[in-house]
Amino acid sequence: MNIFAVTGSVTIDALRETGRMAGFAGRGAFASILGPFYWRAFFSSLIRIGFTSLPVVGLTAIFTGAALALNIYDGSLRFNAETFLPQILGVSIVRELGPVLAALMVAGRCSSAMAAELGTMRVTEQIDAMSTLSVDPFKYLVAPRILATTLAMPILVLIADIIGVYGGYLVAVYGLDFSGPVFIRNISEFLQDRDVISGLAKAGVFGFLIAVMGCYYGYRSGGGAQGVGAATRTAVVAAAVAILASNYVMTSFLVEF
Amino acid sequence: MSETSHTITVRGLHKGFDNNQVLRGVDIDVDKGRSLVIIGGSGSGKSVLLKCIVGLMKADRGTVEVDGRNIARHTDSDRRYMTQRTGMLFQGSALFDSLKVWENIAFRLLNADRKSRKEAHARAIDCLAQVGLAPEIGDLQPSALSGGMQKRVSLARAIASNPEILFFDEPTTGLDPIMSDVINNLIIERVKALGASAISITHDMASARKIADEVAMLYQGRIIWRGKPEELENSGNPMVDQFVNGRAEGPIKMAIRRS
Repeated sequence: MNIFAVTGSVTIDALRETGRMAGFAGRGAFASILGPFYWRAFFSSLIRIGFTSLPVVGLTAIFTGAALALNIYDGSLRFNAETFLPQILGVSIVRELGPVLAALMVAGRCSSAMAAELGTMRVTEQIDAMSTLSVDPFKYLVAPRILATTLAMPILVLIADIIGVYGGYLVAVYGLDFSGPVFIRNISEFLQDRDVISGLAKAGVFGFLIAVMGCYYGYRSGGGAQGVGAATRTAVVAAAVAILASNYVMTSFLVEF
Repeated sequence: MSETSHTITVRGLHKGFDNNQVLRGVDIDVDKGRSLVIIGGSGSGKSVLLKCIVGLMKADRGTVEVDGRNIARHTDSDRRYMTQRTGMLFQGSALFDSLKVWENIAFRLLNADRKSRKEAHARAIDCLAQVGLAPEIGDLQPSALSGGMQKRVSLARAIASNPEILFFDEPTTGLDPIMSDVINNLIIERVKALGASAISITHDMASARKIADEVAMLYQGRIIWRGKPEELENSGNPMVDQFVNGRAEGPIKMAIRRS
C-alpha cells in the first residue's frame, strides 16, 4: 500500500467532511436567523437543552469550584499568595472553567440526544415524511435546535459561574477560614465586565457547535441502529473536540483585547 | 391517449449508487384518477423509483413530469410544487413519535399551511373518521398504536390536505391478511373520494390485484410488463408469471450462495 496515496486519501476525506460540516453549520446559522420559525419546536428544544441540563451543569460547577478553591489555596500557599484565592477562583471559573465544563457536560447530554433523535428519524423515514408534508426538515428540526442551544448556553454558563463561585466560597469560608464578605468583595472588585462577557460569548459559540455536531451526525446518519449508534458516539466526540479547539482560538483572540 | 392527459409521466429515469445501477431507463405514465401499482422483487429498485418520483431522491438522468412540469431537476421550487400536490404513506408509517396522533395528521396544516390549532385539530379528527378511527385516538402517541392503526393514521395524514396524487410504499407490509384488506379498502375508497391519481409499490400480490387499475412490473431497473390486474395470470411474460406465482425456479434468479 502506497503511504502517500493513503495519506492523500485520508486528507481529502477529512477536508471533504469539514467542508460538508461547514456548509451544514452555515445553512443552520442562516435558517436560525431567517426562519421560518417553528416556535413550538424551538421552545421544546429550549426546555430540553437548557432547563433539563441545569442539574448536571450545577453539580459540575459546584464541585469544580470547591476543588478549584482547595487547589488554588494549596498552590498559592507556596509563595504566600493565598489571599488571592477569591480573585484567581473568580477569573478561572468565569473565563475558562465555567464555559468549558458546562459546554462539555451539555455536549455529552445534548449532542448525543440530538444525534440519536435525528438519526432515528432518518432511518425510520420520518425526515422523508416531513419533506412530503411541505415542511423543510432542516428548518423544522435543525434550526430550532441550533438557535435554542446557542441561546441557552450563555444562560447556563451564567448560572454555572454563580454556582461555581459559590462552591469555592463554601470551601474558602467554611474550610479555609476566609471571611465571607471579604471573599465576595474581592471577587466583585477584581472581576471585570470583559471577563464575564468573554465567558458568555464563548458559551454562545459552544452552544452553536454542540447543536451543529449533534444535528450534523444525526441528520446524515444511516445504516440502521448501528449507524445511529455511530452517529451518537461521533457527535459527542466531535462536539467535545470542537469546544476545546475553539476555546483555545477564542481565548487567544480575547486576551489580545 | 395523449401525453397531456397524464398526471405523471416518467421518461428514461436512471439512478445508480456507486457501481450499482438501480434504475436503467424507467418509462411510466399515470393517468388522472388512475391507480398504478408497481410490483417487483426485493432490491428491484421500487423504493428508489418511488423516491425519485416523489422528489426525495434526485435521479441521475431522465424526466419526471407532473401535470407537464419536469420536477426531476430537484430544485427547491420543484420539491415545493410536488409536495403541495402529493400525500404519501410510508412502509413503516413514519409517524412522528414526539407528536400526538392528531398533530401527526395535522402536521402540514399546522406547519406549512399555518392553520390555527383548532382548525387543524378539527380536520385531523375528520381524517381519523375517514380511516375508521375514533376521535380519542387523536390524543394518543403513535407508539401506543398497533401496526395496522399506525398505517391508518399514516393514510389519514397523507389525505389530510386533499392531495391530487397519492403514493403508497408497501402499504400492507407487516400486516395480517385481514388488516391488509382493511387498508386496501381504505386506499381504494380514499383515492376514489379524492379523485386522486395513485402510485403504489408492493410485492403483496393480493394488495396489487385489489387496489390497481393497472400493474407494472419492475425488473433489473426497467418496466418489463404493464397491464390490467386481471391480465396478471396470463401476462405472457415468464418473469411476471414467476413473480405472480411466487416460484423459486424461473428466469428471475435470486442471489443465493449454496455451500
